[in-house]
Amino acid sequence: MTASAPDILTFDLGSVTVREINRTLHGLAAGSSVEILSPDGAHNLACGLTVPISVRIEGHTGYYCGGMNEEADILVNGHTGTGVGENMMSGRIEVTGNASQCAGASAHGGLLVIGGDTSSRCGISLKGGDIVVKGKAGAMTGFLAQKGTIVVCGDAGEGLGDSLYEARIYVKGTVASLGTDCIEKEMREEHLIQLAALLKAAGCPDKPTDFRRYGSARQLYHFHVEHAASY
Amino acid sequence: MNASSHVPDGRPQSALFPRSVIAEIQRAADEGIYKIRGWGARRPLPHFDDLLMLGASMSRYPLEGYREKCGTDVVLGTRYASKPLHLDIPVTIAGMSFGSLSASAKEALGRGASETGTSTTTGDGGMTDEERGHSRLLVYQVLPSRYGMNPRDLRRADAIEVVLGQGAKPGGGGMLLGQKVGKRVAAMRDLPEGIDQRSACRHPDWTGPDDLKIKIEEIREITNWEKPIYIKVGASRTYYDVKLAVKAGADVIVVDGMQGGTGATQEVFIEHVGIPTLPAVRQAVTALQEMDMHREVQLIVSGGIRSGADVAKAIAMGADAVSIGTAALIAIGCNSPRYESDYQKMGTSWGYYDEYQAGQDPAGITTQEPELEKRLDPVRAGHQLANYLRVLTLEAQTLARACGKSHLHRLEPEDLCATTVEAAAMAGVPLAGTNWIPGSPVG
Ligand SMILES: Cc1cc2nc3c(=O)[nH]c(=O)nc-3n(C[C@H](O)[C@H](O)[C@H](O)COP(=O)(O)O)c2cc1C
Repeated sequence: MTASAPDILTFDLGSVTVREINRTLHGLAAGSSVEILSPDGAHNLACGLTVPISVRIEGHTGYYCGGMNEEADILVNGHTGTGVGENMMSGRIEVTGNASQCAGASAHGGLLVIGGDTSSRCGISLKGGDIVVKGKAGAMTGFLAQKGTIVVCGDAGEGLGDSLYEARIYVKGTVASLGTDCIEKEMREEHLIQLAALLKAAGCPDKPTDFRRYGSARQLYHFHVEHAASY
Repeated sequence: MNASSHVPDGRPQSALFPRSVIAEIQRAADEGIYKIRGWGARRPLPHFDDLLMLGASMSRYPLEGYREKCGTDVVLGTRYASKPLHLDIPVTIAGMSFGSLSASAKEALGRGASETGTSTTTGDGGMTDEERGHSRLLVYQVLPSRYGMNPRDLRRADAIEVVLGQGAKPGGGGMLLGQKVGKRVAAMRDLPEGIDQRSACRHPDWTGPDDLKIKIEEIREITNWEKPIYIKVGASRTYYDVKLAVKAGADVIVVDGMQGGTGATQEVFIEHVGIPTLPAVRQAVTALQEMDMHREVQLIVSGGIRSGADVAKAIAMGADAVSIGTAALIAIGCNSPRYESDYQKMGTSWGYYDEYQAGQDPAGITTQEPELEKRLDPVRAGHQLANYLRVLTLEAQTLARACGKSHLHRLEPEDLCATTVEAAAMAGVPLAGTNWIPGSPVG
């Protein structure tokens, strides 16, 4: 924060529509700060932002909050619905509560932090972003994840990392089961360094050495008939 | 190779086990893997060829060929988008991925479409600069794989097409085999080079029509409610799918019949899943009419469009426009006799080449090999496509004028009859010479 904090623009969803808010957000200059009140589960809030502005949402949001985010810093003081930060490219989204299914789906960049638990398919088709879940993550976390990193500080549900490509998954708690072609891998120095940085960025007190790393066995990279039972 | 055509000495061939079936069983026993190929269904199916147009005479009067105007323009996306697409002709170029096609082929498609005032479409794998630069109107596909998906391309598109499926494989995902996954394709898809790339069959962040409605609103929010949003479905339960697509908020619905082409799909899928284009058009039109959305939500039909007759008949059945894939590739040089010696080396011949998945296309179209790609001159190929599109349009106009129509969109089912009972039942038009429409109504 600089000495002269920028003025905060406040919207209340009780009196303005999502369209009006998003339209305004899309036109703001870098460095602007916005506060959104009474979101009441509204969908598509603060999606498609393109510049480094900071947005604080006070309450629970619906689907696709912060979808396709570029550069902006979004804080949701509450829970989010399906697909928070889907396909985000850069920037940061933090949810203090729980996030529903498909959090960070196909994200290409940026950091998504979920303070509570998240439901199934978190980080599905991840393409380069980083996701840190402070609580538990549901079934099929990291399904088809290609690039980027998923950190789960709590337990992970069934089918972790199913059909994983090059994405990395770190889990501190238990893993209900591994998905097809996902295996536990050695935690090397580079991984501890990467994980430490991510935990720090997300504000997690956890120790990197308490985590296990999971990745792709790369057995499904080429279609072989002997693997047909896995497909 | 298909060996069934040749029956030595007139020996009786088994109807159940003709040589083609025997050869496939032998191949399966040798290789232990199903067949993957490009192109579309090869089996005979009721199609537009089974419909005829009723030219005017005493009860209707025709328009003068080459003199009286017959309009061909179409506006797509009038329902919600503030910037609908204005096309000069009702024939668009279907989505074909960069990856399955070379960058030069994508450029040629853009050039040909732009020269004739129509749109072209990206595909799985994202948007290339060549294609954006050479396409005046470019439709950007949002696919289950989300390869190359990014909001900047969403904003630089002229329309957005959410793809649920393709006629060649409704319910199926895709596979781009490793030999076509070069450096650039791999980078655009965020995957390692040379691996077999699976394209998912379901979207990662929505499952049903209620979710899709919200997804579409998200895309509209991100693009300022300017761009038309299409929903593309492979034809199967088309009547219901179209109703749900309208409910989900589509501006335009693309229905791709089972004859539709593909870059690479299991043969068993191509030949055995989905319904033909003919009944799909009828189901789609009925669904739109029942919702009072016909012409309000535009309908684009694809899957086996080859001639101006196909265009005119699809429009007469109620489509607003058609889309072409295979025919566009042929127009830019696919299966050209010019490459016969190459085809022969691969054990095939021009007119039979469908190994799009293999990436060795001698015409430089379905390949990522730089040496092969060089064979395709995108400028020349673009002109060829433009020529072909003009012919399609002229042919459709000729037929429409003969039916007395001053615009292609004035064509109607009343201008059609069918030559077979099957086609009559599927298309919902009378059998020629009768007023009999067999079968039960749609719905
Ligand atoms: C080489 C090739 C690649 C294709 N790639 C895609 C694709 O990426 N996305 C898609 O929706 N459809 C794809 N299709 C299907 C076409 O968009 C279209 O539905 C089909 O080609 C229409 O049928 P037609 O080939 O008989 O004209 C592809 C088709 C071909 C021939």
